[in-house]
Amino acid sequence: MGGTLVRIGVTIFPGSNCDRDALYAIELAGAEPVELWHADASLKGVDAVVVPGGFSYGDYLRPGAIARFSKVMGPLEEFAKSGGPILGVCNGFQVLTEAHLLPGALLRNRSMRFVCKRVPVRVESTATPWTSLYEPGYELTLPVAHNEGNYFADEKSVSELEDEGRVVLRYLENPNGSLNAIAGICSEWRNVVGLMPHPERFSDAVLGSDRGLKVFESVLRSAGVGV
Amino acid sequence: MNIQETYTSLGLSDFEYDRILEFMGRAPNYLELSLFSVMWSEHCGYKNSRPLLKRFPNEGARVLQGPGENAGVVEVGDGWALAFKMESHNHPSAIEPYEGAATGVGGIIRDILAMGARPVALLNSLRFGPLDDERNRYLFREVVRGIGGYGNAIGVPTVGGEVEFAPAYSGNPLVNAMCVGLVRSESLVRARAAGEGNLVVLFGAKTGRDGIHGATFASDELTEESEEKRPNVQVGDPFAGKMLVECSLKLLERDLLVSLQDLGAAGITSSASEMAAKGGVGIEIDAALVPLREEGMEPWEIVISESQERMLAIVEPEKAEEVLRVAGRYELEAAVVGRVAGHGDLRILHRGELVGTVPAGYLADAPVYEREVVPPSYAGEAWRFDLEGLPEPQDYGGVLLDMLAHPTLCSRRSVYEQYDHQVGTDTVVLPGADAAVVRIKGTPLGFAATTDCRGRHCYLAPKGGGMTAVAEAYRNLSCVGALPVALTDCLNFGSPEKPDAYYQFASCIEGVAEACEVLGTPVVSGNVSLYNEAGSGAVYPTPVVGMLGVFEDVSRRATPGIKREGDAVVLVGDFWPALDGSDYLEVVHGRLAGTPPVPDLTSEKAVADAVRRAISAGVVDTAHDLSGGGLAVALTEMALAGEAGIGADVQLLPGGRLDVVLFGESGGCILLAVPEERLVELEEHLEGVHYSLIGRTGGEGLKVLGLVNLALDELEEAYERDLFERHAPEGGQIG
Repeated sequence: MGGTLVRIGVTIFPGSNCDRDALYAIELAGAEPVELWHADASLKGVDAVVVPGGFSYGDYLRPGAIARFSKVMGPLEEFAKSGGPILGVCNGFQVLTEAHLLPGALLRNRSMRFVCKRVPVRVESTATPWTSLYEPGYELTLPVAHNEGNYFADEKSVSELEDEGRVVLRYLENPNGSLNAIAGICSEWRNVVGLMPHPERFSDAVLGSDRGLKVFESVLRSAGVGV
Repeated sequence: MNIQETYTSLGLSDFEYDRILEFMGRAPNYLELSLFSVMWSEHCGYKNSRPLLKRFPNEGARVLQGPGENAGVVEVGDGWALAFKMESHNHPSAIEPYEGAATGVGGIIRDILAMGARPVALLNSLRFGPLDDERNRYLFREVVRGIGGYGNAIGVPTVGGEVEFAPAYSGNPLVNAMCVGLVRSESLVRARAAGEGNLVVLFGAKTGRDGIHGATFASDELTEESEEKRPNVQVGDPFAGKMLVECSLKLLERDLLVSLQDLGAAGITSSASEMAAKGGVGIEIDAALVPLREEGMEPWEIVISESQERMLAIVEPEKAEEVLRVAGRYELEAAVVGRVAGHGDLRILHRGELVGTVPAGYLADAPVYEREVVPPSYAGEAWRFDLEGLPEPQDYGGVLLDMLAHPTLCSRRSVYEQYDHQVGTDTVVLPGADAAVVRIKGTPLGFAATTDCRGRHCYLAPKGGGMTAVAEAYRNLSCVGALPVALTDCLNFGSPEKPDAYYQFASCIEGVAEACEVLGTPVVSGNVSLYNEAGSGAVYPTPVVGMLGVFEDVSRRATPGIKREGDAVVLVGDFWPALDGSDYLEVVHGRLAGTPPVPDLTSEKAVADAVRRAISAGVVDTAHDLSGGGLAVALTEMALAGEAGIGADVQLLPGGRLDVVLFGESGGCILLAVPEERLVELEEHLEGVHYSLIGRTGGEGLKVLGLVNLALDELEEAYERDLFERHAPEGGQIG
């Protein structure tokens, strides 16, 4: 591969535990993974950022509630405003809603239990830097693993999301009671995406599927041509 | 309190106190007595088990580290090694199930970490009383939540395990946690203190009053008053645990540590005296230097506190500052709390003043009790079982559905879906198969892990039951295509002071040892949990085996699910089913009776090895062993595990009573499904073992000899029961 690699950062908070998985998937997609430590107020000039899953700050208080105040979040918010592609997965999605980079909140699963399984989902929007390589309406299976994945927002926000085509991913079998079976959404400018399912866990055929890898490949293309 | 009351309240006997006097040549003070109390408890000192444990073989070509360290270690290939161990947290879980189970997971993770390995997989082996009892439901629900709560947050996938229910576990659940860690063999760490003048650094969470005398508590029977010992149960913090893992691995990677040890039972005392005894040196700890969570703690409380998420390291003086700095980056407390000394004592100081001193060798030298092995009083009655008197079922399909829906045999999905089994992106075969399979990133290598034990078998026939546990683990690993290499065990028994329990203990160990010798799987680590007795008596003897197998090529593997229509269904092994001690007898007829068959280890090995060779050669991708519930349940599991929704039609089975053939249990048997065109190749691999073609895959149901004819939907509805909802009060959901 010639030229400079696209560089994708992964934020690491105390308690993040899918950071290494995200770094690995980024490498598989052909980009250069970059670690972004929570206490450093710098994004190191990366082209895109993944906020990974886990239990940042032990999920104490509320998932994502403490992480949003860490030093790395300032530059991340600036990056979002400037149109930089950001993907929050699972706890990362929770962090992005706590930081108001995405609307709504993720509540306790309706079952009141942690749920780890593989669920069928549909790509509802390909007009984001993280889903552009999928076919619209593409159905695939992705792993979920969360305690708080039950997407909630007020009625107005939800109808805005639906009307503006900002529901990015939808469950075909709702594992947690999410409103409208929402599994992922994007921001108004479509550059910030939050997903409860873990695409990085299905980015390698030996794990059962590599259909999640396109999420990371999509951003390569987007980053390549600018957003 | 007079002196006798004092040492009795600390769990020491008159004999043991006299031994302490003899060792010390003087009366110990309270702090010193506390050190002996925890280090001579069964939990730390193995005083009832040491002579019996010598029976286990523990050497093998792939063994890099046998018993005596924080975990056993085996070689995988290309310089990769796996550290693994299983440990019990039964007593704390009986009293405070969420924290008891959570700290069990945290503790075993730190054992693996102390070997320098990154924890990459967790398993757990659980036993509870029947779910029609509210307390048992509470214990079950909270233990599962606790395991998930800790394992999910710390980011180590829970890839496998088992759950059994039986009245013998009412009020005394068994919670055994196993962890596997990955390490380069040249980077292995050992817990040996060395270098006079080196510093002792404590890092991790702060020290509080939790878990004072936890080890002593764990070495006693559970009584009504046990509830009062709730403060003895430690509280876990997986967030701190995660930071501890990353920090320890960073310190080791940067070569900043001489040695490392986790803090578990008996806290600093145990860790420091073990490190000192192993290194043949002394250690001095100043209790005043330990970062504390609460005020007014006495020196003796500080040194035996079992506060979680702490590690002890030996560090060269010039590297200490950097160690503290790295710990700070991970937001952990860290302090130099002592030093390595030339004398062989564990010396406790407080602000520089000596408050207790005991030669480390004495603490490591708990008394040993050997007892007489007497066959149990219950055996004669329990063994009596007359097949003639047992009516055959009228409706085989109905009986099968009843069995599938029973907590003993139904799907464990509602349990393992509460555990993150995929974090780390290495889990290749998920929970629900015969064994979990994990790959090693960047290599074709992988490993498989399983935990096995049939408590009921061990009760009816302790030696045979011990053999069966090992044989089943060996078979399970072979069914996924892994080469079994070594095992860890967790020996859960009643009070060794009672003849029945001691007999069970000694006999199970004999059975495990014999099977290990024949199958070539040494015991490289383990744990003993005695005094598992609640008001209703002792638990079933439960020697849980956690076995590890390795893959040269993890892409050559098998799973139970049927994958294609028209495959030949092949039954491999010596099929001698029996109803003695079977799940069928208990679930359908409510009887615990008979003498379960003693495994034919030579045949077990031949069958498992042949199947594994066929899988490794890429001929077979579908395999499942016969276990609880017999042939009918195994076939159902194969049909339901397949994503394709394909059934099977079985037309040929060996003769005999049909209930015995369908539901009887037989060790050493494995079911395979193979495409017609590969049968010839399969037969080459099966040369020398018995096998027969019994049917074909296909259809949307399970048909067996015209006796069973059930749609997959019906089977699934019975089997996929939510173990937490079925007995839940109104409202259904578990909060």
